[in-house]
Amino acid sequence: MNDNSSSNDKTGADWPLWEVFVRSKGGLAHRHAGSVHAADARMAIEAARDTYTRRMEGVSLWVVPSAAITASDPGEAAALFEPAADKVYRHPTFYAIPDAVKHM
Amino acid sequence: MYTTELQSAPGQKAGIPASAPEDPVKLAAFEARVAADEFIEPKDWMPEAYRRTLVRQISQHAHSEIVGMLPEGNWITRAPTLRRKAVLLAKVQDEGGHGLYLYSAAETLGASREEMIDALHSGRAKYSTIFNYPTLNWADIGAIGWLVDGAAIMNQVALQRTSYGPYARAMVRICKEESFHQRQGYELMLAMCNGTAEQKRMAQDALNRWWWPSLMMFGPRDDNSPNSAQSIRWRIKRETNDQLRQRFVDVTVPQAEYLGLTVPDPALKWNEARGHYDIGEIDWEEFYAVVRGEGMTSLERMKARRDAWDEGAWVRDAAQAHAEKRQRRAAA
Repeated sequence: MNDNSSSNDKTGADWPLWEVFVRSKGGLAHRHAGSVHAADARMAIEAARDTYTRRMEGVSLWVVPSAAITASDPGEAAALFEPAADKVYRHPTFYAIPDAVKHM
Repeated sequence: MYTTELQSAPGQKAGIPASAPEDPVKLAAFEARVAADEFIEPKDWMPEAYRRTLVRQISQHAHSEIVGMLPEGNWITRAPTLRRKAVLLAKVQDEGGHGLYLYSAAETLGASREEMIDALHSGRAKYSTIFNYPTLNWADIGAIGWLVDGAAIMNQVALQRTSYGPYARAMVRICKEESFHQRQGYELMLAMCNGTAEQKRMAQDALNRWWWPSLMMFGPRDDNSPNSAQSIRWRIKRETNDQLRQRFVDVTVPQAEYLGLTVPDPALKWNEARGHYDIGEIDWEEFYAVVRGEGMTSLERMKARRDAWDEGAWVRDAAQAHAEKRQRRAAA
C-alpha cells in the first residue's frame, strides 16, 4: 500500500497485518476479533478502534503483528491433543461420592 | 450488503476450473469434515478449487461492501435532517467496516489486500450488480436499506453457517450490524409514506426502481447457476439463489403492503398451494448486462473508487513516513 500513484503500481508491499484482540468489559479476557493493516502499532490501534469497536464492543484493545504468532499445526492436532482424551480421571465426574456427602 | 458469486456471462463454466488432481485421501477427509458440518480453518488442508472459489466469493463480497458505500454516500450531504445524516454516515461507515472484515477473511486464504484492490480498480473483479444503479431521490436511501440490505441479510444469515470459519465469523459480525441498516431504511420509507402525497410518490418511485434489481441480487436462477451444486456440497453456500430469493419476496411483499405501496410486478400473486408468492420473470438480459459492466453507473463507480485511492495516496505516504519517523525516534 506504499504506492503513491495509480492502482496499477503494485509494489507487493501492503502495510503489515496486525491481529486485533478486544476486551469486551473489565474482568473478561481479550478475545480475537479480526485483523487490520497498519504502518505501525499506534495506527493499528486506531484502525482496530474504527473497525472492531463501533458499537462499544470493547474497553481495551491489543494489536499483535500477525507474523509474531506461532500456531499449532492442524496436521499434528491428534498428536497434540489426543493424550488428554484417555485421562477421564482429570474430571470431577470420574469420582463417585455418596449423595450423603454434601458440598463436594 | 452482499454479492452472490458472479460469473462474467450466463452459463460460463469458468467458475471452478479444473486443476491438478487432489490427493484422494486428503480430499475424502476434507469432504467428510465438511459433510459433518465442521468448520474449515485457514491452516487446514483444503482442495485448491475450494480455496479459489472462496477467494473469489469473499473478495467479490468485500468489493460489494466498498462500492456499496458510493450510492448512499451520494446523499450524505443532502440528508434532510441531522438525525438522518448521522444515521446515514454510520451506515456507510459500517459498509466500509464490512468490506474490511471480508478482505481480512480472504487474506487468510493467501490473497493479498493489494491484489484484491487492484483487481477491483482495474475492472477484473466483480461486485454486486445492485450498486450500478443510481440513487435519484431521497426515498432511494430508504429503499436501499429496506430492500438491498434486506436481500443482503437473507443471504448473509445463511452464510453464517458457511463452512469456512473466518468467512462465517465475518458474517456473524456483519449480520448483527445489518439489522440496523434494514430497520432505518424501512423507518425512512414509513416516514415518506405517512408524509405528503409528493413524498409518498417518491417512495413508490424508489420501490419501482429498486424492486427488480433487488431480486437480481440473489443471482441467476438455480438452473443457470453452474457452480451452485459444488458450492452447496462444500457448504460454502447453504441455500440456493432461488430459495433465498423466494424467502425475500415472501417476507417483503407484506412489508410493502403495510407501507401502502405497490410492488411493480403485475404477475405477483400469492400461491396458496405452494405457500409462497409467485413472481413475474426477471429481466435476465439486464442482469447480465450489468454483470458485464454495462450498468447505468458502472463507469462512474469505478472512477470514484480509483479517484479515492489515488487522491488518498498522500495520506498513505504521510502515515508511512510518520510511522518511520516514530520508529527512528524510538531507536535513537
